[in-house]
Amino acid sequence: MEEVDVDPPITNIPAVGDGKHMGFAWGPGDILVYETQHKASGTSRSGSSFIHEVRKDEDIYSPILRKLFNESHHIFVGLQTIKEDLPSKTKKPQFVSISKNYRSVIRACMEELQQAAISTKDAEEATRYGNQVSILLATELIWNLCEVLFIDAAPAGSLLLHLLDWVRLHKADVYEKAREVLQSESPAEHKDFWDVVVSYVLQGKLEEARQMLTKQANRQPAAKNMYKLMDSLLSKMPFYNPAGTQTLTEFDVKWRHWHEEVDRCLQDNSFASNHHLELICKILLGDEDTLLECKELLSTWYHFLVTRLLFCHPTVKPTELHYYAQSCLTMFLDLRSAPEALDSILLAAFEFDIHQVIKDCSIALNNWWFVAHLTDLLDHCKLLQSHNLHFGSNLREFLLLEYASGLFTHHSLWQLAVDYFDHCPEFGRVYLELQIERVPLDTERKALKVLRICEQRQMSEQVRSICKIMAMRALRNNRLGSALSWSIRAKDAAFATLISERFLQDYCANGTFSDLDLIDNLGPAMLLSDRLTFLGKYREFHKLYGEKRFSEAAKLLLSLMTAKIAPRSFWMTLLTDALPLLEQKEVIFSAEQTYELMFCLGELTSSMSTTAPGTDRPMQEEDIEQTKVELLRLALARNLAMAIVKEGTIET
Amino acid sequence: MFVARSIAADHKDLIHDVSYDFHGRRMATCSSDQSVKVWDKSENGEWHCTASWKTHSGSVWRVTWAHPEFGQVLASCSFDRTAAVWEEIVGESNDKQRGLSHWIKRTTLVDSRTSVTDVKFAPKHMGLMLTTCSADGVVRIYEAPDVMNLSQWSLQHEISCKLSCSCISWNPSSSRAHPPMFAVGSDDSNVACGGKVQIYEYNENTRKYGKAETLMTVTDAVHDIAFAPNLGRSFHVLAIATKDVRIFKLVPRKESSSSGPTKFEVQIVAQFDNHNSQVWRVSWNITSTLLASSGDDGCVRLWKANYMYNWKCTGILKGDGSPLTGLSGQPTAMSTVVGSSVQTSQNALNGMSAGRYFFPPLDPPRAGTRYGHLLPPSSLIEHCDVESVQPQQQALPHRLSSRALLTLPEAEAQ
Repeated sequence: MEEVDVDPPITNIPAVGDGKHMGFAWGPGDILVYETQHKASGTSRSGSSFIHEVRKDEDIYSPILRKLFNESHHIFVGLQTIKEDLPSKTKKPQFVSISKNYRSVIRACMEELQQAAISTKDAEEATRYGNQVSILLATELIWNLCEVLFIDAAPAGSLLLHLLDWVRLHKADVYEKAREVLQSESPAEHKDFWDVVVSYVLQGKLEEARQMLTKQANRQPAAKNMYKLMDSLLSKMPFYNPAGTQTLTEFDVKWRHWHEEVDRCLQDNSFASNHHLELICKILLGDEDTLLECKELLSTWYHFLVTRLLFCHPTVKPTELHYYAQSCLTMFLDLRSAPEALDSILLAAFEFDIHQVIKDCSIALNNWWFVAHLTDLLDHCKLLQSHNLHFGSNLREFLLLEYASGLFTHHSLWQLAVDYFDHCPEFGRVYLELQIERVPLDTERKALKVLRICEQRQMSEQVRSICKIMAMRALRNNRLGSALSWSIRAKDAAFATLISERFLQDYCANGTFSDLDLIDNLGPAMLLSDRLTFLGKYREFHKLYGEKRFSEAAKLLLSLMTAKIAPRSFWMTLLTDALPLLEQKEVIFSAEQTYELMFCLGELTSSMSTTAPGTDRPMQEEDIEQTKVELLRLALARNLAMAIVKEGTIET
Repeated sequence: MFVARSIAADHKDLIHDVSYDFHGRRMATCSSDQSVKVWDKSENGEWHCTASWKTHSGSVWRVTWAHPEFGQVLASCSFDRTAAVWEEIVGESNDKQRGLSHWIKRTTLVDSRTSVTDVKFAPKHMGLMLTTCSADGVVRIYEAPDVMNLSQWSLQHEISCKLSCSCISWNPSSSRAHPPMFAVGSDDSNVACGGKVQIYEYNENTRKYGKAETLMTVTDAVHDIAFAPNLGRSFHVLAIATKDVRIFKLVPRKESSSSGPTKFEVQIVAQFDNHNSQVWRVSWNITSTLLASSGDDGCVRLWKANYMYNWKCTGILKGDGSPLTGLSGQPTAMSTVVGSSVQTSQNALNGMSAGRYFFPPLDPPRAGTRYGHLLPPSSLIEHCDVESVQPQQQALPHRLSSRALLTLPEAEAQ
């Protein structure tokens, strides 16, 4: 492919002085630019302190086009599931039908835009809708041609029939005109009567043309024979029937006979007295000059091309198309200086240069929707590989990644993009990873949605990061329960420890736990961090105590200390919790357990006394601490006595 | 491309840096007026300033966000020879209602004896680490060992680069195959001093950063530097703003010994002198499909690689000195958009239409006209509805523009 340099488009930024330095910052869907001065110069002070948000794609913000994106996404996903190993004979109809589905989505969207353009009162908006309609129209036109030429790949004979359908579909205004004529009081006298007839003939709609002509014939009884002759010529024109038994050669012979007959009629001046009929006769002969006289009615060079093929080369082969296309383009556009982008794209298609079509469309269209989907479909049809091994799936993936990345900047469309990335084998995964972690986690619901997508794809780092972000945010807002459950999801032990600590601090301060539901149902998640285990177990102790299952509670409490699950800083609280148990009438802690408790207390007080000199605690606090210790010692001693007595009694 | 919105930043002096947060919902701006402002994006896309405070006693060069895993944390660096770390605290509900937030200074990093020219957080997988570089040629790496206590930062590494440093960039790769690595650029303009971009890599054994490479071909002053997201590749891509824009590929050499730093094969991928003179900033978009650069020509240029990794300029943003017609937050915001779209069509006349080339528009359908009913509209190109009320200028520029575009252009996707 030749490298042609084209000037990149310039976007003007208001309120930034011409030639002034600009700074910028990339955002997810836009780029921020601002005036600045990079050189350290004395005369810095500048007037402008605006920041401008520059966006690339405005299309994805159109609610109507959003439907296009949504619906084509379904088709895309469906296409990806077509089995690779099916024989191409059964696959081809599937591909054609998928192609038609895409086109019908474009059409539906176009209709809606058209309605919107009509109903809006805002001229600006109407223009914008109008622009979008014209883009979609061109898109569909190109797509349809690609479908005929590349996907359906009709052979000689059928090829022309498909092209005729293509032109008829995109030159539909003749039906509108015909209706207008027929609904008028005297259709035969209508100023557009002959335009309609000729248009029908140009499109090969000979049946319709004949019906129109009978109206004229009835009005001119004198010319009855002439009309009859034309009617017979029109009715006799052979059309190839791909489903029939006739071979292409047979058809060709038949067609030549007919052509000769028409030619004879022209030569013997059968229609000399009626220039309209004479014109039609010349059209039937495919006379180039006559066809070019009908330029207004043909309106496009590709209509001219198809009409010319119809009446000169009905058995045209795909490989011959480019020759006729090129010459029709040149003949038709002689008045205009040069072809437009659309012309070049269609011409490239007629030349079967798929890459040129895709390349030109990428430049000419303002979003990646069209090229991405078309290329994907062509790639599935194995058309890109056969064309050039070096490109192929590379190109497909490149375009899909571009399109999906564009979707990702949208607050809801990003979910569609995920499936596109899934079907890009080389970079899809990395792109998804990079993009999905940037999706703003505005609410817990959205976070869960993003999380689910990441979990389904085993994107563990993203899962961890999202949970961590949510945990941090919840913690900052003092929602400890939410913070804890997010950090459990993130399997973030350090953070779970930190939050557990906060829970315990809160308990020490208020004497109650918040988020009981969560803590009571930790299950195996408790094992994530020691502190979390302690939190869970400590809460379990409270529950047992509340249910008056004292001996179990006591056993658990003790084990928290002896198994070193409880942090040393918390032992005093635990021992204090043991106090009421020690002072129950019945013995709860056995003698052995009481010894262990005493040992714990001893260990605690000895460590307290070693750190005491260093700390500068107020006297009062130390007093309280001292009183607590003494109370505990007393209770422990009493309990020990009771336990020994009790245990001795039972033994005997 | 179009200007969707203009925001009056209301800084009393030059803006030096604007930085998006990780999710693109907040931005921070800093200025010579010694302040930093934080902006929040509302549901409808408008930006609101939620905090503005004096941060330094000199021009603030750069402001940057920590990853949200670490909370809402900003770092700034200044001419006043310090860098600072700021944390947003969840304020009184009163403030929230008024749309204000509180930022408090967690630490001031005062180790530099000269202007701190750049500040960057290290990739999040390394923990909460902050890097500064300064005019005295020292790169400093700080770490907050306890992410819940941002007032404690310890200086972990001090790396002398011998040349006045202007910019720093971390390699974002979190692959185990890639040890932590950063690039530092120098704006020393003395060509004789040799390469102005140095690559440093962390060595597990010595627990120190060692120089892995100096880009010897870059001898002019370097103003900015940016590693591209790694995309799971074995090599790294580095963009450099010097007297031109350069894109390098750093391919780790297989034979490099396990003990020493990785040796790289340095390949230049692209080099653009379109800015005509000094280039000041380079930066990648999220997936590194686009590189933006700004330079002395007053333009921001966007560079894009096609699927064969050929780089091309695909867009230019340029100040035109025209007055601003509407401001964000005002009901007139729409007119900003209108203003710029008018410019677009003027440009289209020169064959340089903004964004992509549009097919000629159809006449806008009106209720009651034939076209109004017709679905789809009858003609693609020849729309000769004589009674059209559409002003001439609408159709004309497009026709002209399409002609100007004829010589068929290099596709982005080529």
